[in-house]
Amino acid sequence: MSAQSSPHPHASIARRKIAEALFKVLGLCSLAIGVGTLVLLFGALVFEGITRIDWQFLMSFPSRHAAQAGILAAWVGSTLIMLVTAVVGIPLGVAAAIYLEEYARRTWMTELIEVTVTNLAGVPSIIYGLLALGLFVYILGLGESILVAGLTLALLTLPVVIVTTREAIRAIPVEIREAAYALGATKWQTLTHHVLPYSVAGILTGIILALSRAIGETAPLVTIGALTFIAFLPPAPLTTQPPYLSFDWLLSPFTVMPIQMFGWVSRPGEDFVGNAAAAGVLLVGMTLTMNGVAIYLRYRMRKQVSW
Amino acid sequence: MDLVESPHDEHWPKLLKAETRALSFSYGSRLALKNLSVPIAEYQITALIGPSGCGKSTFLRCFNRMHDLYDGNRYEGEILLYPDKRNILANDVDPIEVRMRIAMVFQKPNPFPKSIYENVAYGLRVRGTTERQVLDEKVEQALRSAALWEEVKDRMLAHATSLSGGQQQRLCIARALATDPELLLLDEPTSALDPIATANIEELLLDLKSRVTILTVTHNMQQAARVSDWTAFMYLGELVEFGLTKQLFTTPSKKQTEDYITGRFG
Amino acid sequence: MAGQEAIRIKKPDARVEAASRRRARQRRERAIEGGLFFAALISVAATVTIIGVLLSESVGFFRAVPLTDFFTDTLWTPLFADPHYGILPLLAGTLVTSGVGLLVAIPLGTVAAIYLSEFSSSRLREVMKPALELLGAVPTVVYGYFALVVVTPSLQLLWPDLPGFNMLGPGIVIGIMIMPFVISLSEDAMRAVPMVLREGSYAMGATRLQTAWRVVVPAATSGIVAAYVLGISRAVGETMVVAIAAGQNPNLTWNPLEPAATITAYIVQVALGDLPHGSIGYQSIFAAGLVLAVMTFAFNILGHIMRKRFREVY
Repeated sequence: MSAQSSPHPHASIARRKIAEALFKVLGLCSLAIGVGTLVLLFGALVFEGITRIDWQFLMSFPSRHAAQAGILAAWVGSTLIMLVTAVVGIPLGVAAAIYLEEYARRTWMTELIEVTVTNLAGVPSIIYGLLALGLFVYILGLGESILVAGLTLALLTLPVVIVTTREAIRAIPVEIREAAYALGATKWQTLTHHVLPYSVAGILTGIILALSRAIGETAPLVTIGALTFIAFLPPAPLTTQPPYLSFDWLLSPFTVMPIQMFGWVSRPGEDFVGNAAAAGVLLVGMTLTMNGVAIYLRYRMRKQVSW
Repeated sequence: MDLVESPHDEHWPKLLKAETRALSFSYGSRLALKNLSVPIAEYQITALIGPSGCGKSTFLRCFNRMHDLYDGNRYEGEILLYPDKRNILANDVDPIEVRMRIAMVFQKPNPFPKSIYENVAYGLRVRGTTERQVLDEKVEQALRSAALWEEVKDRMLAHATSLSGGQQQRLCIARALATDPELLLLDEPTSALDPIATANIEELLLDLKSRVTILTVTHNMQQAARVSDWTAFMYLGELVEFGLTKQLFTTPSKKQTEDYITGRFG
Repeated sequence: MAGQEAIRIKKPDARVEAASRRRARQRRERAIEGGLFFAALISVAATVTIIGVLLSESVGFFRAVPLTDFFTDTLWTPLFADPHYGILPLLAGTLVTSGVGLLVAIPLGTVAAIYLSEFSSSRLREVMKPALELLGAVPTVVYGYFALVVVTPSLQLLWPDLPGFNMLGPGIVIGIMIMPFVISLSEDAMRAVPMVLREGSYAMGATRLQTAWRVVVPAATSGIVAAYVLGISRAVGETMVVAIAAGQNPNLTWNPLEPAATITAYIVQVALGDLPHGSIGYQSIFAAGLVLAVMTFAFNILGHIMRKRFREVY
């Protein structure tokens, strides 16, 4: 093609297209590095640790001998702490989100609350540990216990629950609410009968993401005094005598899976690397599964045409 | 509906810059343009008029292959660019080459978030021009052609968004002119502007046509009547009538044209 | 007659009953709103408590350690017989590891974000976004394992003199950890740039790369820089990767090939030990935590302001 303006249009375009092709390669490489790391990471864990995972490993306490060490105390601790986190964090987070989304007016107080929620999301996790150490462990005297761990993680994951719940509620079109109000429903009735039932999937996604984050947290729990070597389990919640329910386990010392892995990886020498890797396989497996479920839920929600 | 007039009629321009032949276009499965054969007269202004949704903007955007940016679009037919009579819709033609010969001004002014100077120089830089002197000259030339030079010559480094709407649109015109295009496409260039700015731009177009061929889409019939030499009236993706503006607006040969012009529908 | 009287008597009762039902309903609604409000206040309470705890414990520390010593002493050895309380070594460790991380995350993340936003097909984007999300969801202790057991030995193949604990390995891992975060925020910023600006560029004969680089990225700059700033905040607050792989000995150096301790690693180290409540060693972790909190707070505010300003433009 001839053109009276540019002297060498072909050359200029060809040059620019080469630059573009190079950039596309660079872009794909960057993405590959990211995803490749994930694969490499999991692969390394599996390579070192998959053979260690057996019934004995899952059912033993830690030990000075690597071959006999197990992860029992850790996963029991993790489970109990998740329970506390869920029981405390979910109602608080959902309630706060409902308030902010449905009731709050544009006052300075609301602004303040929203700013603090955003701010808390950016606070390093170890600072939550310091908060818990100063407040829960010492000022409130709750000791280095499962209860404190659960409270700490509930606070830490509060922003996640609040933000995802708000998004889920906001997605409900205003027409549904107006229809309910027009029939004489109160705000609370509209919420519980019409809005919340439809937002369940979104709220569930938030809960799963929050718990998945909590299960992997190490720094704050180390700070409040989790131990890396525990050879006993917390007292059972169910007892053989009336009232058949015990809460002693809440005040028991504990350890969790990421801390157990941390303990093993920190030991000098080669013996415990396999154990650490095994713990890592379990941990990553759990986290990826939970996140995968959350992503899948979100994907399904986007595809749904509900109204 | 195709054009019945023969190439030697007084209703067909003598010198062509471009020509569409049986041009059809579809968005996915929807056929938006049907079999359009329209001549674009060189160094004159051709206006495209028609009610909303008739396909005028779609037609305009075929000329610089804007539709290539989005998936699922298909061209049929030809658009020939003179004097080499090359079909710019052909598969072996690079859209970038086409866009280096044909420039576009959009409906809502879209200056880049850069300085006034850099906006006008953009097309030149993108082509590889880097010498300061050449850029300075071309930028000044373009701004003068767009009747904006006097207003901005002392603040070339100011941000483009500090200009008024009308000035921004003239900046976009300058930007388009800086690379000496062979054909200037304008997509409802004044619909977002106030009447004074509109009048300025209409005056500008009349001045520019001696230097560059202009094809403009307009929703405003009076503007077409004021400014253009040739007019094409489109309806529902088809060409209803094409001819000298004077004739089309006073003695249209199709009833549909007459109905639209007199406001019986639109 | 009797029937009418009966009816007349019923109506006022019905009205009274309806009114009292309405009042009860309103009281219930207000109570519910109050309850929800208190739930929302928790976040304010948490923020205030964080500040309060950090300050009150640090006050004790700073009564014993003058501020000038804290900021100028080049040794941090609070638990030694001859204690020194200079925060510089910990600060250096934090800055170097974060710096390495950013050197990795910013170029890789920006290029990947530009690619995802301007070049990739939507199918690839649909696959990559969850994949990157998963990358960011892996527990940090696992990344620490990775840094110690995989990355450092690999680096030692290139530099045989590299010590087992160093700042380069964990720095690189931190970079990869925050990459998804930087990509996600940068890509959001770029996608917010209106299509019309891109069309203006394409209409001038620019290629996709030229449009992306000369128009989209400059237009999205404040959003992209906000992503970097928030990424810095994440890197600085990272704990487990450095605690595991960088060593726990405070070392004032700017050389990433040496081991060092970060602020966060120090807190972990102390917490693992047994420190009596109220001792200066105990208080030192709050003082260190205070410095960390101030740093991340500053970065977070900066990033937040930049994001707000960006959103206002588009």
